[in-house]
Amino acid sequence: MPERIKAIVITGNGTNCEMEMAHACRLAGFDAQIVHISELLAGEKRLDDYHFLNLPGGFLDGDDLGSAKAGANRILHAPVAGSSEKLFAQFSRFIAAGKLILGVCNGFQLLVKLGMLPGLDGRIDRQTATLTFNDSGRFEDRWVHLRVDPASPCVFTNGLKRLPLPVRHGEGKFVPADEELLARLHREHLICLQYSDEQTGRATPEYPANPNGSVDAVAGICNQTGRIFGLMPHPEAYLHRTNHPRWTREELPEEGAGLALFRNAADFIRSGAF
Amino acid sequence: MANRIEIGFREGIRDALGEKIKKRIVEHLRIQVDSVKTVEVYTIDTPLTREELEQAARGPLSDPVIQTFSVDRGLARGFDWLVEVGFRPGVTDNVGKTAGEAIGLLVGKPVKVFTSRQYVIGAVDRGCPRDVLTRADAERIASELLANDLIERCEIVEGAAWDAARGMNPTVPRVAGENRPHTEMIDLDRPDEELVRISNERVLALTLEEMRILRDYLKDPAVLARRREVGLDARMTDAELECLAQTWSEHCKHKIFNARIAYDDGAGGVAEIDSLFSTYIKRSTREIRERMGENDWCLSVFSDNAGIIRFDADWNLVFKVETHNSPSALDPYGGALTGIVGVNRDPFGCGKGAKLIFNTDVFCFAPPDYDKPLPPRVLHPRRIYEGVREGVEHGGNKSGIPTVNGCLVFDERYLGKPLVYCGTGGIMPARINGEPTHTKEILPGDLVVMTGGRIGKDGIHGATFSSEELHEGSPVTAVQIGDPITQKKMTDFLLVARDRGLYRAITDNGAGGLSSSVGETAQLSGGCEIDLAEAPLKYPGLDPWEILISESQERMTLAVAPERSEEFLRLAKKMDCEATVLGRYTDSGWFHIRYGRQTVACVEMSFLHGGLPQMRLNAAWSAPRHQEPVFAEPADLGAALKAMLGRLNICSKESVVRQYDHEVQGGSVVKPLTGAANDGPSDAAVIRPLLDSFAGIVIASGICPRYSDIDAYHMAACAIDEAIRNAIAVGAPLHRLAGLDNFCWCDPIRSEKNPDGDYKLAQLVRANQALYDVTTAYGVPCISGKDSMKNDYQIGAVRISIPPTLLYSTLGKMEDVRRAVTMDAKRPGDLLYVLGKTYRELGASEWYALNGAVGNSVPRVRPAAARALYEALHRAMAAGLVASCHDCSDGGLGVALAETAFAGGLGLEADLRQVPAEGIGRNDELLFAESQSRFVVTVRPDNREAFAAALAGCDCAPVGRVIAAGVLRIDGLGGERIVEADCAALKAAWLKPLAF
Repeated sequence: MPERIKAIVITGNGTNCEMEMAHACRLAGFDAQIVHISELLAGEKRLDDYHFLNLPGGFLDGDDLGSAKAGANRILHAPVAGSSEKLFAQFSRFIAAGKLILGVCNGFQLLVKLGMLPGLDGRIDRQTATLTFNDSGRFEDRWVHLRVDPASPCVFTNGLKRLPLPVRHGEGKFVPADEELLARLHREHLICLQYSDEQTGRATPEYPANPNGSVDAVAGICNQTGRIFGLMPHPEAYLHRTNHPRWTREELPEEGAGLALFRNAADFIRSGAF
Repeated sequence: MANRIEIGFREGIRDALGEKIKKRIVEHLRIQVDSVKTVEVYTIDTPLTREELEQAARGPLSDPVIQTFSVDRGLARGFDWLVEVGFRPGVTDNVGKTAGEAIGLLVGKPVKVFTSRQYVIGAVDRGCPRDVLTRADAERIASELLANDLIERCEIVEGAAWDAARGMNPTVPRVAGENRPHTEMIDLDRPDEELVRISNERVLALTLEEMRILRDYLKDPAVLARRREVGLDARMTDAELECLAQTWSEHCKHKIFNARIAYDDGAGGVAEIDSLFSTYIKRSTREIRERMGENDWCLSVFSDNAGIIRFDADWNLVFKVETHNSPSALDPYGGALTGIVGVNRDPFGCGKGAKLIFNTDVFCFAPPDYDKPLPPRVLHPRRIYEGVREGVEHGGNKSGIPTVNGCLVFDERYLGKPLVYCGTGGIMPARINGEPTHTKEILPGDLVVMTGGRIGKDGIHGATFSSEELHEGSPVTAVQIGDPITQKKMTDFLLVARDRGLYRAITDNGAGGLSSSVGETAQLSGGCEIDLAEAPLKYPGLDPWEILISESQERMTLAVAPERSEEFLRLAKKMDCEATVLGRYTDSGWFHIRYGRQTVACVEMSFLHGGLPQMRLNAAWSAPRHQEPVFAEPADLGAALKAMLGRLNICSKESVVRQYDHEVQGGSVVKPLTGAANDGPSDAAVIRPLLDSFAGIVIASGICPRYSDIDAYHMAACAIDEAIRNAIAVGAPLHRLAGLDNFCWCDPIRSEKNPDGDYKLAQLVRANQALYDVTTAYGVPCISGKDSMKNDYQIGAVRISIPPTLLYSTLGKMEDVRRAVTMDAKRPGDLLYVLGKTYRELGASEWYALNGAVGNSVPRVRPAAARALYEALHRAMAAGLVASCHDCSDGGLGVALAETAFAGGLGLEADLRQVPAEGIGRNDELLFAESQSRFVVTVRPDNREAFAAALAGCDCAPVGRVIAAGVLRIDGLGGERIVEADCAALKAAWLKPLAF
């Protein structure tokens, strides 16, 4: 078991949720550092020195070429100073070491566009799904109700049933490359989070409970090891009950439900499972 | 020859943008079309191999799962019309910049990319498309919806003539770089009419008197001697003239607010006012601060780019609100985007620089369903609405700053110029490296460093242009498009540099560009000498004067101590932010600008900033008399209430609010939408800026321009009261509120084309008097503000002037956000109270407007009673005695009751006989009067006595209760049931008008 569990929160080029993401990590017991991507590219910091990689929300390069596209391009092609490797090589090593990666919103888009999610059969460099424009054609900030697949291998959602969280995106509609892939995601329980109806708790295609028209109401997926996890809703935006839109009218636990994902990550790393 | 890469969606993949455009074509333009598909076009203006082009298309430019691409051929198929929209030369192309960087990483060299977008349109009846969808239709779609001719070019292709194998020829909107930079010498020793001509032709917005001062300045022998030393003569350079015009513009110098005014109060008194700003605004703040004594929490007021107050011992808060009206009239998207990213730089460039933590936006538009003919150069209000909304969305969301508060105001008189108020707050450590952060210091010898974006011709004459009405010759270059990501990269870098102590002072490049940022900061050292040839340009060919005054965005100017410059520049390079040393701050007393070795401007600092004489103006008040409306109390007040809820100034703004990220940064406590279904209208925002603390910030605003129709004094008083009571309503304490005043006026200087200027100036005087009276009575100091004085439109005989409008914004500190209160009714059985007295005040109300009248009984603020009420209510809230609280504003008590009920998903029973009131004889008056300083409050029954005790001595009465059934039941003054309305139906009426 590692003495100190270390989380890195990458920022820069339009990322904007790094502060609350690091706060969530700290509340969960991590020694969390916000690291600007230029420090990674300058070779001053290395992913290898951390256990938990956080890719927060934001607008990498303005999402100008489609969400996180230019960001993915940078990780694939930007050289790391003082070495012959690209940043992608550090990501590969991090994944091969069985460490944890969490991508939220723009971070989820980044993981999908790099090919790390769903990343079936260990292929992490081939994009097989996408997150594209909401059916509404607009960015929206609204709270959604998430249904958790209890059979999912996802390390982060372990033991959770339902989760209220906000979405804040214009490009969150999950689309798999084909039906076969979608079937596998279901079969292997990699669709750990789905947008659901608050009353029934069932996954729904209906707007606004499903805010973007995601295929099969996909809100978050993990890879087969359950250690890489991405979701469009923002767990780091619900760390305290006063974040909940109805906290003045409902009895809620002091701790926000989003923190559970980070606590699971901390428990997993402390358990020495890798 | 450039190459074209086109990206489109695969068959069967939904094109959400195309569908949105189709909806607008059908709904706004009433042209029937079957389908609209979009194709993104990247024109590559750097020679690349075929393989590289395909690699770029397949890699960063397209999504393999849903998109397909083509290189140098057309992607569109089987359409009737195709409209391609791209930028004109020199217009900021953010996507092109990102694409160039991404492809550059792939191919290992800089790549220049321009973007455009195709809208591929299919007609409804494919049999004879020419009849169904004509070229004229396609042109209308292009000009009225897709392209803004000012900044964009478009090309229209007919489907029948389309050869996909050839596609379209690449168009490269390169700025032609033929011009060799030069400086023109202008002889000002000319007759008056020549001086006026020079001012007009160059969009200098200088008066004859001001031009004469410039002329005479050049005759001073000492000045001439110095000029000769640096190679100038008795003529003025274009750079000097432009720089002086910027610095002396109404926009920068606030000449009207600083003028000496002879004010005729209409009752026989004539007063001499030496500066409205000093007499009313600064004096109010000074007196309030004196009263606070050692508890004074103001740190920097009126002197920096934003106001600074203390949050706690370790942190300071910074707040500024700006307007970006004129550019938004011409290009709503770019104007508003620039408005928000521009005001971001004010708190960022204040003191040592603040981290940005919230935005607040208030827009005033003509009604979106406006259906009368539009005057020349005026865009349809709906297009302005959508464009402004989207510009602020992109500027705010992409910067990662939550938009926590705002409002929309509708009035036909905003047709000529919309008002786009954008505000930003920030937080900074009270001390960094042991130094206080709220002050600025620059030493002679410090380097002048510019960071961020490059300089182009965009934004030239922004300051002078906004100091005039919108007219035929309003310059195209005054419009810029902001780039939030370049700015984010810069602010990420500068916050690191700040904490390492790498710079001494910071300011933003806004209106007037370098001429203002360097000119103003040079006052701290006593002069400067910079070389414009060092400044990084977007494209070659700019003249020195253009470099000096360009308002290209995303730039900060810093004073860097020479010994820290190397580290500063190294960090900038690492973090991918351009930083350039332009020269030095000096103590020479001269503003000295070179281009290479040649001096292009050399002006005494004292003349630049102090050479402008005080303006003298006349103001004459005469109270307008409107007809008192005569109409009977409607028999069906439920229907009347429903009609009120559907009015544009009252209805839900949810469709806009949802498109702004109001939760990023994780500190959201009271969101703009609240209640059982998360859609009730919050009175104010509460956020926690420090995630490990429960101390909070309250942000609220007040605006009520309609009252200006009767008396701008009461318009201003009510706006201030509204901003304060909104903050009180969520739990802010009165004694920790600070205010910002933003005046948007119609030209208050009398002239031939503006014959009632004296009256408009009297309105301004009265608004300032109200500001002084109300802020001092409440003890809420103004800490910063801004004015925009020429919100008129004049082309030909058509003149449209806005109603005088004051936006008052408040910023407050809450000790514990867990005591915040929202406006939704909470539980059946809770007691319903009305706080504050209702008077027969319906003048310029929404109720009178609905009945086609203005009237004269404008609402008044009674600060003594209100102050006691606000303090008592806060005590009750701090003790946890209040379940819900909603302020009464547009539409009065009736609207507040309905909103409280349906936001809670519950019902209410209320008895109007119990409501504290004076002089009211009719139910509609009591329901819809807009008397100030009132709240609808609900209280748990077990808190009844404690609440009554807390409010003792105030106008406060129990009037009913919350009920489980979703019904609003109101008993009238005669005891009869006057409203029995289904809350769901009321809510539906309230949700509908702007739900597009």
